[in-house]
Formats: sequence, C-alpha cells, structure tokens
Amino acid sequence: MARAVTNNRKALNTAIAWTIGLLIFFPILWTILTSFKTEAQAISDPPVFLFFDWTLENYSVVQERSNYMRFLWNSVVIAGGSTILGLIIAVPAAWSMAFVPSKRTKDILLWMLSTKMLPAVGVLYPIYLIFIKMGILDTRTGLVIVMMLINLPIIVWMLYTYFREIPGEILEASRMDGASLKEEIIYILTPMAVPGIASTMLLNFILAWNEAFWTLNLTAAKAAPLTAFIASYSSPEGLFYAKLSAASTMAIAPILILGWFSQKQLVRGLTFGAVK
Amino acid sequence: MATQQSRSAARFMLAPAVILLLGWMLVPLIMTLWFSFRNYLPLRGGDLGWAGFDNYVRFIGSSSFWPSVQTTLIIVGGVLVITIVLGIILALLLDQPMWGQGIVRILVIAPFFVMPTVSALVWKNMFMDPVNGLFAHIWKFFGATPVEWLSQASMQSLIMIVSWQWLPFATLILLTAVQSLDSEQLEAAEMDGAPFHSRFIYMILPHLARAITIVVLIQTIFLLSIFAEIFVTTGGAFGTRTLSYLIFQRVLESQNIGLGSAGGVYAIILANIVAIFLMRIVGKNLD
Repeated sequence: MARAVTNNRKALNTAIAWTIGLLIFFPILWTILTSFKTEAQAISDPPVFLFFDWTLENYSVVQERSNYMRFLWNSVVIAGGSTILGLIIAVPAAWSMAFVPSKRTKDILLWMLSTKMLPAVGVLYPIYLIFIKMGILDTRTGLVIVMMLINLPIIVWMLYTYFREIPGEILEASRMDGASLKEEIIYILTPMAVPGIASTMLLNFILAWNEAFWTLNLTAAKAAPLTAFIASYSSPEGLFYAKLSAASTMAIAPILILGWFSQKQLVRGLTFGAVK
Repeated sequence: MATQQSRSAARFMLAPAVILLLGWMLVPLIMTLWFSFRNYLPLRGGDLGWAGFDNYVRFIGSSSFWPSVQTTLIIVGGVLVITIVLGIILALLLDQPMWGQGIVRILVIAPFFVMPTVSALVWKNMFMDPVNGLFAHIWKFFGATPVEWLSQASMQSLIMIVSWQWLPFATLILLTAVQSLDSEQLEAAEMDGAPFHSRFIYMILPHLARAITIVVLIQTIFLLSIFAEIFVTTGGAFGTRTLSYLIFQRVLESQNIGLGSAGGVYAIILANIVAIFLMRIVGKNLD
C-alpha cells in the first residue's frame, strides 16, 4: 500500500515496528550475547547487556566437551539427504499431478497431507522395532528415510503448486515440435521449475534440521544431530547459561543465516502458493 | 492434452510417492493396532498374549486421559488464537511505510528458524528461571516476587513459548496477503468516511480468509504433535501433558507397549477428527 504519508507518521511507524521487532528478536539476541559472557556475568544481578568482558571461552569448552562438528555433520547429512531423496521422489509425482491431472488428483493431494497428521508418537514403537530389525537404529540412513517420509507430503504439495503455474501451452508446443517426454522434462520444465524447486529444498532442509521428535527418539550416540546435541544441555548443564548459550548459538546459526538469505523464496513456499 | 500414453506415464511417476506414503502410513498403523490388543511389556517378559480391549479401557479410564486431550486442545487453540491475532496486527503494521522495513522483517521472522529444543531451553533457563532468569530480574526490579513460570503458570508459559515460535510464520503469510490488498479500494473507502474497524471487518478480513486458513491448517498439523517443547521444559508435569506426551510416557517410560499403542490409536482418531474438519475448510478454500 504505497501512499503519501507524512514523515511524522513514518517515524511513528518505524518506532513501533522496530520496538516490536527487537522485542521478538530479543531472546535470540540475548542468547548470542550471553554466549560471549563468563558464567558469572551470565547470571549477574542486575544483568549486563553489552558492557562485559567478551570471551570466546564458552565456544571452545562446548566444542571440546561435546564434539560439535560431529553433530553438525549429522544434521547436515540428515537434513540434506532427506531433502534430496524427497525431491527425487516428489518431482515426478508433482509433475504428473500438475500436468496430467485426473479426477482423483485433489483427493490424493489431501490424503498425502493428511498422513502428516498421523501422530508420530502413535507409531513410535513400530518404527523403533522396524529400525532394530533392519539394523538402522541410530544411523544417519535411518533418519534420512524417516525425515524424507515425514516431509514428502509437503514437498509434493509445494512442487505441485509451483508446477501448476507453468503454462501447459508451452509444454504442448514443445510436444508438437516433437520433444519426447524426457526432453520435455529436461529442457522445458526443469529450467522453469528451478526457483520452485529451490525454495522447496530450502524449506524442507529447515524443517528437517529442526525436527525434534524422531531425531531425539531414534538416535543415540552415533547419528545424533544438533537437536540431540542441544537436548543434552537441558540439565544440569542448563544452569550454565553462558555455555548453554554458546551451544544454542552454534545449533541455530547455520539455519538462521540460511533462512535470512532466502526469506523471500520461503514465503512463497510456505503458503503452498495459495497466498500471493 | 493428456494422451493415453502420458496418462500411464503419469501414473508411473506418481506411484513411488504414493506407495511410500501408503507404506509409511499402513505398516506402523497395523503394527500399532496389533500391539494395542496385546499385553506387551518388553521389560516384563515381552508379549504376554491377548488383552482384548483391556488396553483401550484402561487408557481411556485412566485419570490422565481426558486432561491430556483437554491440554492438547488448549495448546493448539491458544497458540492459534494468539498467533493469528498478533499476526494480523503485525502484518498490518509491517505493511505501513517505514524506515528499515527489511531489517524489521528479518527480526520478526527469526524465531521460526530456531529449533524447538533450543527455544525451549533458552526460554526455560534464561528467561523463566525463578532465580536467575531475566523475568525474575525484571520482577525483582519492580519489587515483585519472581514467578515460577513453568510450575505456577505452566500452560500459559508453554503457550507463550510455542506462540513465539509460530508467530513469524503466521505474520509472514498474513503479510503476503495484506500486501496484495487493493490499496485504491481501501483509500476510496477511507475517503468515503469508513472508519478503520469497518474497513477492517468488511475489506481486510475477508481478503485474509485464505491466508488464515493456511495458517490454521499448517500450524494445527505441527502443533498437534509438539513434543520437544514439553520434553525440555516441564517433561509433562504441571498439567502440560498432552495426549502425545502421555502416550510417549506410557511407551518409553513405563515400557507398556500395549497400553501406549491403544493410546496411539486414540491419538490417531483425534487427529483424524481434526483432519476431516480441516480438510473440509481447506478443500473449499484452496480452489
């Protein structure tokens, strides 16, 4: 809504919006700040905001004690692997529903989404047993499969809404010119679908990175990602605010940065293309 | 445009996704159903035979069942109301002309990227701790007695933490919808003397209906199964035990798979009731 407003009005808007924005962001800012404090300063009364002796000690202590890099690597593999695997399965499915719709397309889509509502805890033990039988408990492979399956409906949905916006006439024209199905997908569809696929990838990477039910319950020492790394700080280490903050900052920083850079693409993806 | 050939190709391409999801849904579901009729106690001898409907009767008859359903619904409902109301206000505010709009948006969206275990831990320890938490400092500064948030006001605290995580999502989607409002129409209404509240009710709100539907749908899916926030903060104590968490305790803490599975079946039924209800709205609203 662009319209002429007085500078006074603009200044007021700015002040209110910044205050609220900072308030919402404050817990994160406070965590990052506290991670640079000493333990004593972290709980000092009254709290210190900026004027303390900045130190990196907490970070090295956390890394030393819990081997951050291994958890980070597990997170990257699980989130990345499940996203890529999901895309490989979802792209053809979404393509077929978007370009060769049938009477049942919408029912299939809604059914897929409804599988996401199946309470995970209701099937925890069966999955646990299957994992033991297959020998994939506490492995990254197992987690990649589960993450892929729980995010598959969302990947299919997002891709479907993106693909549907590609005009069918272009595809028809290419077909008239004698392009085979394979050529059609590689040369016509893919280039037009890249932005949609990219934002789908991003969102699912973030969802898989932050998922904290299956990752906590199906991993132990070997395959545990950052969600488990941070859960190990719940007690009694949780009382050491500076170290807790350093660990928290390390767990959220990669996604925070990724998310900030890609927020525009994310919004489209998040709304399933239903809001413009 | 669909020829016979492309139609069978389409079915072939759709098959892997459908088969995988069908397997993912049915296999554990059938196992859960099977266990729910067995006396299955892994630590006390394993599978001890048929239980009939005992597990179902016991689970629903336990004093923690109905409170847990209630807790689940309060959390989902509370978070939905808070995030949608605040989300609309924030979206309208962020749509106004201002300096540094991009930065404010980044600040507002940030909590969405924080993993639930981190946000729960940070809120629990650094803000809500009755001794060293920041809230305790503020309360003391004003001469008040610090509140033990997670035990005295556990539900409110939990709803607050979860709302903080989901407010960015609601705001972003509503903001996208607000930005597509026809500003000329709104200005015309304003010039005709329509006060803000009637512009809001008759023009803005109907325009946002679709966005609100999306927010309700997605958030409900995720909120029905919130786990990490409860796991880390209260561990299900102080009246924060949701149905999911109750089942989790039966399965993992008491190692009573039969009973937990019966609970799982109840949870699936509850989720289905909500799902049918939601799919109706969404199906209608998404065409």
